[in-house]
Amino acid sequence: MNLLRLTATEALALMEKGELSSAELTGACLSQIERHDAEVSAFLKLTAAEAHQQAAAADAAAGERPPLAGLPTAIKDVLCTRGVTTTCASRMLENYDPIYTATCVEQMTAAGIVSLGKTNMDEFAMGSSTENSAYGPTRNPWDLERVPGGSSGGSAAAVAAGEAVWALGSDTGGSIRQPAALCGVVGLKPTYGSVSRYGLVAFASSFDQVGPLTKSVKDAALMLKYLVGKDPLDSTSVEYPETVMIPEDKDLQGVRIGVISELQTEGIDPAVKDVFDRAVTTLEAAGAVVTEASLPHSQYALPAYYILAPAEASANLARFDGVRYGFRAGGGDDVTAMYEETRSRGFGEEVKRRIMLGTYALSSGYYDAYYGQAQKVRTLVVQDFEEAFKQVDLLISPTSPTTAFKLGERTADPLTMYLSDICTIPVNLAGLPGISIPAGLADGLPVGLQIIGKAFAENDLLQAARGAEMAIGFDGVSPLIEGQDK
Amino acid sequence: MKYEPVIGLEIHVELSTRSKMFCGCRVEFGGEPNTRTCPVCLAHPGALPVMNRQAIRYLTRIALALDCEIPGKSIFHRKNYFYPDLPKGYQISQYDQPFAIEGELHVGVEGEIFRVGIERVHQEEDTAKNIHAGESGRIAGSLYSLIDFNRSGTPLVEIVTKPEIHSPQAARAFLNKLKNTLLYLDVSDCNMEEGSLRCDANVSLKPVGAEELGVKTELKNMNSFKHLEKGLTQEIARQMALLEEGGKVVQQTVHFDVASGEISPLRSKEFAHDYRYFPEPDLVPLVASAEFVDEVRAEMPELPEARSRRYMETLGLPEYDAEVLTSSRNLADYYEESLGHYQDAKALSNWVMGELLGYLNATGQELSDLKVKPGQLAALLKMVDSGGINAKTGKEVFAEMCDTGKDPSAIVEAGGLAQISDQSELEALIDKAIADNPGQVEQYRGGKQQVVGFFVGQVMKATQGRANPQAVNELLRKKLSG
Amino acid sequence: MVSHDDVNYVAKLARLKVDSTELDRFAGQLSSILGHVDKISELDLADVTPTSHVIKLSNVFREDAPRPSVERDEALANGPDVERGAFKVPPILEA
Repeated sequence: MNLLRLTATEALALMEKGELSSAELTGACLSQIERHDAEVSAFLKLTAAEAHQQAAAADAAAGERPPLAGLPTAIKDVLCTRGVTTTCASRMLENYDPIYTATCVEQMTAAGIVSLGKTNMDEFAMGSSTENSAYGPTRNPWDLERVPGGSSGGSAAAVAAGEAVWALGSDTGGSIRQPAALCGVVGLKPTYGSVSRYGLVAFASSFDQVGPLTKSVKDAALMLKYLVGKDPLDSTSVEYPETVMIPEDKDLQGVRIGVISELQTEGIDPAVKDVFDRAVTTLEAAGAVVTEASLPHSQYALPAYYILAPAEASANLARFDGVRYGFRAGGGDDVTAMYEETRSRGFGEEVKRRIMLGTYALSSGYYDAYYGQAQKVRTLVVQDFEEAFKQVDLLISPTSPTTAFKLGERTADPLTMYLSDICTIPVNLAGLPGISIPAGLADGLPVGLQIIGKAFAENDLLQAARGAEMAIGFDGVSPLIEGQDK
Repeated sequence: MKYEPVIGLEIHVELSTRSKMFCGCRVEFGGEPNTRTCPVCLAHPGALPVMNRQAIRYLTRIALALDCEIPGKSIFHRKNYFYPDLPKGYQISQYDQPFAIEGELHVGVEGEIFRVGIERVHQEEDTAKNIHAGESGRIAGSLYSLIDFNRSGTPLVEIVTKPEIHSPQAARAFLNKLKNTLLYLDVSDCNMEEGSLRCDANVSLKPVGAEELGVKTELKNMNSFKHLEKGLTQEIARQMALLEEGGKVVQQTVHFDVASGEISPLRSKEFAHDYRYFPEPDLVPLVASAEFVDEVRAEMPELPEARSRRYMETLGLPEYDAEVLTSSRNLADYYEESLGHYQDAKALSNWVMGELLGYLNATGQELSDLKVKPGQLAALLKMVDSGGINAKTGKEVFAEMCDTGKDPSAIVEAGGLAQISDQSELEALIDKAIADNPGQVEQYRGGKQQVVGFFVGQVMKATQGRANPQAVNELLRKKLSG
Repeated sequence: MVSHDDVNYVAKLARLKVDSTELDRFAGQLSSILGHVDKISELDLADVTPTSHVIKLSNVFREDAPRPSVERDEALANGPDVERGAFKVPPILEA
């Protein structure tokens, strides 16, 4: 048995039966990290000693096991963890020790997980390649010359490399789904409001959502079950309207699926399109009723997003001022000079770019032209989805227009990088749930299939994703895991 | 040309909720720095605000008391600027959809009632406190500043008037009336020294009768009634002189120096404010339903006008008494609590307006400092009514109660101040007075009735004023005639 | 087009310092991004209501019950410069 291939669901079943201990599983992950993370750089901080302890405690505990007992988990470094440095991959928070823990991490801990450490990301979750990390990029386990996607690139790479059974990520414009696609794993962005954002360091508050990166759809459902819930500390969180179900092994008989026509052509790499088209045929063969669907305003989603998200970010990142925590640059003779020194040196290039973009869009004289108009486009995108969902149950598209690209390939031109999220952003604008599952390989690199559901209909979404997963039958793993097969 | 001043006020009120606007930290004044903070009010990464329900109820009370229209749906905005006392780099406030609009407050100044329109009433949060270290303790020339986040996130309500106030006296009267109303509403302690009630003023001049307003200046932190009135007077004089010289008023913030009484422009920012307001994504809209507003209306404390009317109609007090007693909520509460123990509303009113307010004025104390509890005042008045002491002694006893806080009975007993009404005791004293003063007896019997006053005086002297004057009078007439 | 003045203005508002090479670069990049954003102007949005929340919620409150604050040492623990129980900052020039 290769422990590195085990899904969380499989591992739980084995641990339940006493055929596997958390210590073994955790040990396997930590060994894999030791072997490969110097090159992958998925983790910013390892808490190996604590992980060993937590695993031992999970194994020793008598009586009923907590539902996620002993599962080694990686946590994106955008989630506050009390006493464990949380950097958001920024120099600004290099030595920041949170004084509280994010609600979703508390919930996972209460459910019994073993925490392996904090994963790399694009600084403050701004980016699509994890190259915008102040601590160096993460590399794609499928090809170390390539990016893992981003911003949850560390979490996706950790799962793809077998360094964690699963991981927590966050998604503002595609930051879970796109790296999941590029790393050949499953990534779910839940409906906005399902998972508490308390303790999730904010990028764009009206888009941000925490979610799972896993090896299977069932695992995504399993983690989601313990992530959802109303948090009294987050005004925008709601009581999840139904119990999150683990999907059954069922085909797609009768499921109405719409292929988003606007996301078929423009900018989609032909190799990706090929894999996607084959996946569509497979879904039809599994019983799905596939039709064309239209989101007429989807081409305006990216422009709107690149006004709204940076605008929110410009305010969200104003708190990093060198007064109460984090980096402070010396040499400021007065407080304004201190602010400017601190923020110029504490933030990386992309973060500064987005702060400036957002500040510009909100500034006097431009608000109406940019922010106000973008909010209206958001309305149109929401309405597009509502219309489309009158005809079909689910919508699909490629997750990313390309497979994993080479490091450095897109860093010169921000706009090219932004286009990486062209398929995922409309979902965030509308606050809907979206999942990326592996659809196959193109030139040896994973391609993701994005499935989008109605708000708070994760059960339907996950059930269909399970059907698609079974039909597609993707069983590829990164060479880093394959190399460990006995 | 004749000019008239046009004044608008912007008032900030810290609400006296138990916890802060968006987190559970306690609201209190003072204390060791940074002892009432948490991830939310320190703006740690990832922390989120959640609205305090009670603050919104208080806000609703204020809106109702000011006869505002409550449009129903309001939203919060982020007001973005950098300052060390603003931990998030933005203040959560309201902007183009405030909680309440179009209200009014009627204010009396020099016997005339005038109306001041209220532009808007909205909810926001207070900043932290900067302590400027250096020789002066002031911001200018300080070496560094220390920031205390205890106040950060205290619920703050902003009330903006229309530019409809036309004299410094009227501005002061408005602020006084507003403060009294807020105290009645029980939503703030309105302590101006501690900063729980703060006032900025906009002032401009326009030719009498003109429609268009002149260029305005802003006076910040006019944080006492006196400063407000004086600062406005100075600024109006300054603008008047400027205009009369043919000069122009520049739109700016000016500083009123309390010590020198001088107005000076604040060094203008090299950089204009650009607050970049946008809807706060971490909060959901605030919808004040009709039911909610009615619920708050039902729990509204009685306001001064209503209370004054009630005093006239059901207690039969004259208008003057009713106005004086309701001029502050504390006083009216004190009066009513005393009335619970003592029934004669007018007699009580006389004592409260005369002795009690007299004592507070003379000593410069606040009612809250007064040692005499309402029950004790009532006990004193009962003692006077029943003849236990006479009225004159009563006043002396009250003075001692004010000094010591002792019960009237204890003071009367300890000082042997009880009124002498005992027939035989008085008779003995009267007999002695008659025996000692045969000449005056002759005068009386010769028809000079007013001599009785002389004898009363003698008896009073002998008893140090404790004799029951009425009983002495009666007994004397009987004996002298006999 | 985003001018150097625009970049300076925005940088000042955002409390960021930009040197002359950054000035050029940011002006170019922001122009290119906003050029893409200008696609929005193709749309007639006059009758569209803006969306700021996708979630249909209102009136989310907490009760006015004090909760324990953090210990002062903990509140100050991450502070870059702390003195007498408070956060210390360089002098604030009069605003």
